[in-house]
Amino acid sequence: MAESPFKAEIERVQKEYSEKMTVGAIATIPGSSVVNKTGSWRVFMPEFNRDKCVRCYLCYIYCPEPAIYLDEENYPVFDYDYCKGCGICANECPVDAITMVREVK
Amino acid sequence: MPIRKVMKANEAAAWAAKLAKPKVIAAFPITPSTLVPEKISEFVADGELDAEFIKVESEHSAISACVGASAAGVRTFTATASQGLALMHEILFIAAGMRLPIVIAVGNRALSAPINIWNDWQDTISERDTGWLQFYAENNQEALDLILIAFKVAEDERVLLPAMVGFDAFILTHTVEPVEIPDQELVDEFLGEYVPKHAYLDPSKPITQGTLAFPAHYMEARYTVWEANEAAKKVIDEAFAEFEKRFGRRYQKIEEYKTDDAEIIFVTMGSLAGTVKEYVDMLREKGVKVGVAKLTVYRPFPTEEVRELAKKAKVLALLEKNVTFSVGGALFQDFSRALINEKEKPVIVDFILGLGGRDVTFKDLDEALGIAQKALAGEEFDEVNWIGLRKEIL
Repeated sequence: MAESPFKAEIERVQKEYSEKMTVGAIATIPGSSVVNKTGSWRVFMPEFNRDKCVRCYLCYIYCPEPAIYLDEENYPVFDYDYCKGCGICANECPVDAITMVREVK
Repeated sequence: MPIRKVMKANEAAAWAAKLAKPKVIAAFPITPSTLVPEKISEFVADGELDAEFIKVESEHSAISACVGASAAGVRTFTATASQGLALMHEILFIAAGMRLPIVIAVGNRALSAPINIWNDWQDTISERDTGWLQFYAENNQEALDLILIAFKVAEDERVLLPAMVGFDAFILTHTVEPVEIPDQELVDEFLGEYVPKHAYLDPSKPITQGTLAFPAHYMEARYTVWEANEAAKKVIDEAFAEFEKRFGRRYQKIEEYKTDDAEIIFVTMGSLAGTVKEYVDMLREKGVKVGVAKLTVYRPFPTEEVRELAKKAKVLALLEKNVTFSVGGALFQDFSRALINEKEKPVIVDFILGLGGRDVTFKDLDEALGIAQKALAGEEFDEVNWIGLRKEIL
């Protein structure tokens, strides 16, 4: 899987947070919410079938998080650190390339 | 020149808000403080106050709108009472934690059930652990002055905490007294413009407010609220001194009246202090050594001043219009805590009285004095006493 594009950002924000408590616990660096990985809330996870994908990007557009980004060949990549398993991507996919499966058995 | 006008405490609070020039006022009507936002909405409609007046559908929304406005970086004000303040409860913690210097005027009123619109302090006392500063006014002039002082302290960079100013329902909110309205220019000089350095809206410099804090950071964030409360003690003294210099009226965290040679000191807050001062005058004529101490500031709790006060008396008789069930009153807990490790300490007797607007009469105070005198004489006494209770209907 491709590396998260937020990696550098996460490290930068984590560093600032651990160094100084701000007045009112304000986050002074934009994008700090990427530090808080929220994928653990998930019950169902999207399972992606690359062979069926037609690269229409509907999953990418509809993801409310957004936890889907595109790789070099413009195929969707699911970022399970943030995906809540809402299933919107699977619902929108016109070719059934995404199926929701129970993650914890 | 300052003008003198005859007005209710509600009007005085509205005038204080007008003089402080907040940019946003969000409010929902509730007895007995309804007149405050009513009067402010008139000021805004008449063009006398350049502010956004937001009508909301509940007090929860009122304080939420205030949090939003204050986080955007402007001076913000609202007014409420009783159930309305209780409905704001969860957001009060957020305002303090986000260090937003919002000021609320509270018409102190009893909480349900049974429904009761009259005065006691249970509403604000119930919010004493939210991190908010708390001031209590004895009369309508103090209601106006303390709101201005509340803004001054709340917005100080060493403090940055929200503040509430309580004034007793109906006894003050609906009773007219002459009130001096200070000059706008002097108030402008006293308060200055609110220019926040931590919480503001600037699209060119994005920040996240109201963040999530994991266990690794939450305690530190809460500790800063503790520190700010401690810092407020000094800032309040400075604000009182500056207020006296500019407007001539003197405030202290604990105002003492005839305490110097007193054996028994009545301790109280709000309008009740006026009644007790009269009572003490009467007793002094009979040669009874009594005095009054009035808490103008309840949060941060003036521990040092309480310890000084305690050196003067043999008995502290606390008169309070609130109750913590199975314990006594809130003041009783705070005074006990402040004095527990002192080597020499007076006896503390707690009196719960005047709940739900019950009049506190000299006869009630006689009853309290009797118990305090028993304590003074070393006889047995009850720690917590309900005064003026109609035992015959129980």
